[in-house]
Amino acid sequence: MTLIQAVFALLAILTLGAGLLTVLSRHLFHAVLYLILSLVGVAGLFVLLEAEFLAGVQVLIYIGAISILIIFAVMLTRGMARNPGPPLNNQSLAAAVIAGLFFVLLAPVIAGFPWPQTTQGVPADAIEALGRSLVDPNQFALPFELASVMILAALIGAIFIAREKR
Amino acid sequence: MEQIYDFIYNLLPYFGAWLRGLLQGWGFPEWAVALTIGLIKAFLLANFGLIGFAILTYVERKIVARFQDRLGPNLAGPYGILQPVADGIKLLTKEDTMPVGADRWVYNLAPLIIATCALAPLVVIPFGPGAIGADLNIGVLYALAVGAGALVGVLMAGWGSNNKYALLGAFRAVAQLISYEIPSVLSVVVVVMVAGTMSTVGIVLAQDIPYLFVLPLAALVFLMSGVAEVGRTPFDLLEAESEIVAGFHIEYSGMKFALVFLGEFVHALVVSALFAVLFLGGWRGPWLPPYLWTLIKMSLGIFLFFWLRATLPRIRIDQMLNLNWKFLTPLMILNLIGVALVDKGLRAAGATTGLWAVGMFAFNMAMLIGALALPGYLGHRARMAAMAPASEEEGEALEAAAAH
Repeated sequence: MTLIQAVFALLAILTLGAGLLTVLSRHLFHAVLYLILSLVGVAGLFVLLEAEFLAGVQVLIYIGAISILIIFAVMLTRGMARNPGPPLNNQSLAAAVIAGLFFVLLAPVIAGFPWPQTTQGVPADAIEALGRSLVDPNQFALPFELASVMILAALIGAIFIAREKR
Repeated sequence: MEQIYDFIYNLLPYFGAWLRGLLQGWGFPEWAVALTIGLIKAFLLANFGLIGFAILTYVERKIVARFQDRLGPNLAGPYGILQPVADGIKLLTKEDTMPVGADRWVYNLAPLIIATCALAPLVVIPFGPGAIGADLNIGVLYALAVGAGALVGVLMAGWGSNNKYALLGAFRAVAQLISYEIPSVLSVVVVVMVAGTMSTVGIVLAQDIPYLFVLPLAALVFLMSGVAEVGRTPFDLLEAESEIVAGFHIEYSGMKFALVFLGEFVHALVVSALFAVLFLGGWRGPWLPPYLWTLIKMSLGIFLFFWLRATLPRIRIDQMLNLNWKFLTPLMILNLIGVALVDKGLRAAGATTGLWAVGMFAFNMAMLIGALALPGYLGHRARMAAMAPASEEEGEALEAAAAH
């Protein structure tokens, strides 16, 4: 096992283990903290793949913003501080069966998919290429603009809902 | 003479090259050499943060005392210069308390996360040509992203302490930090756009004219939101002593309190270092060696923080949110668009560097004056409108009183 593989294994264990603890932890606040740990693991995987920009964005947006929003939502939930209930309810068996079936369905697809492989490293001007491809009409300009419009619509909707009624 | 100057100028890169040669001469493999040098860099940077923290606590007390016509610390050593040492010993020997009902792991981990996230951005601060922890090509983004990790630490401290004041403080802190991250990031984006790179070294090298004179509006907004992100006066309502005692770190004592405090001061250090790198031209400057220039420019930002603290009162939470969401954020979005247009236009017109800088400066100043004049005018009109009917009613009341 090379050093890279060892680091990958460690990060994978961190990500998956923290993900598991997110689902299983009794306390909602602890669940969010484990989710953050899991996201840190994903950022580590991006660093390992030399996708530094993605790692930075992952930390800035998912840990710096989205998980904070989740924590706020958790803290505003009524009675979450007292008497945390068990993480499983009486539908756990049905959920397990469905999740297992989904896995059976998904696993052959993922295993059989011809993932593109490359032996060359990430080019030095990767960020520049990314930036150009986002505004290039032949590449991702349309999806990029669509996503912006969608976010804008969500923003305006949120302001409209939260606005004081006069 | 030339050689001596060259030696001082490139002191740290020469030391690094010497160490690398020495280790390779001893027959270390390549990864071991890289690891050793990385560890030494990490050690030096962390200690820069820690020693900077110790010095800053002393300097802040002295400067604020000066502003308030007091002496400040003056008993430990000459001019009280050993005060940080005394404070350190005091904090080390204090009892390490934990509140009843605190969330053990969360409570104990929070100061560590805060201190680590504050120290980590020092990696991308260039202290001179070739003297940098790691020249990442996402340098500025890295500094912002790691700084955002401290939010989680603050929330953990507030939640884990099992204290209402701590939780309120954490809420305030997160609301403030997450809000002011937006104008701060937008002003950094303006710099990144003009410099054409995210690497801190690249940004310093792009500044033949310091960006303070090219993008004064972005510089001002970065500084303001920097003060807010550090949580210093006038934005210190997240640990307002008179309202919520001490905010999210109320329950911490001893070394854990020192770690939280360290996080705050090192964050101030990092913000002023980033300000020096982004807007003051980093290590570049005439005559003096680059390390000295970096330190001088960093201390400028720090001094400004102390000055603000000694001068301004604390603002209210609604004022804090209004300033950010209704003023700074729209202003920076407009500034981003405007700077992009003016920059492209001037470059397309084939302006020389000097002309380009003058054009950008004029545009930014016009925008700044307009941005300050417009809310001033609107506020004046609103006040006048609010006063007019009030005075009428008053007059009627007076007339009624006179009739009786």
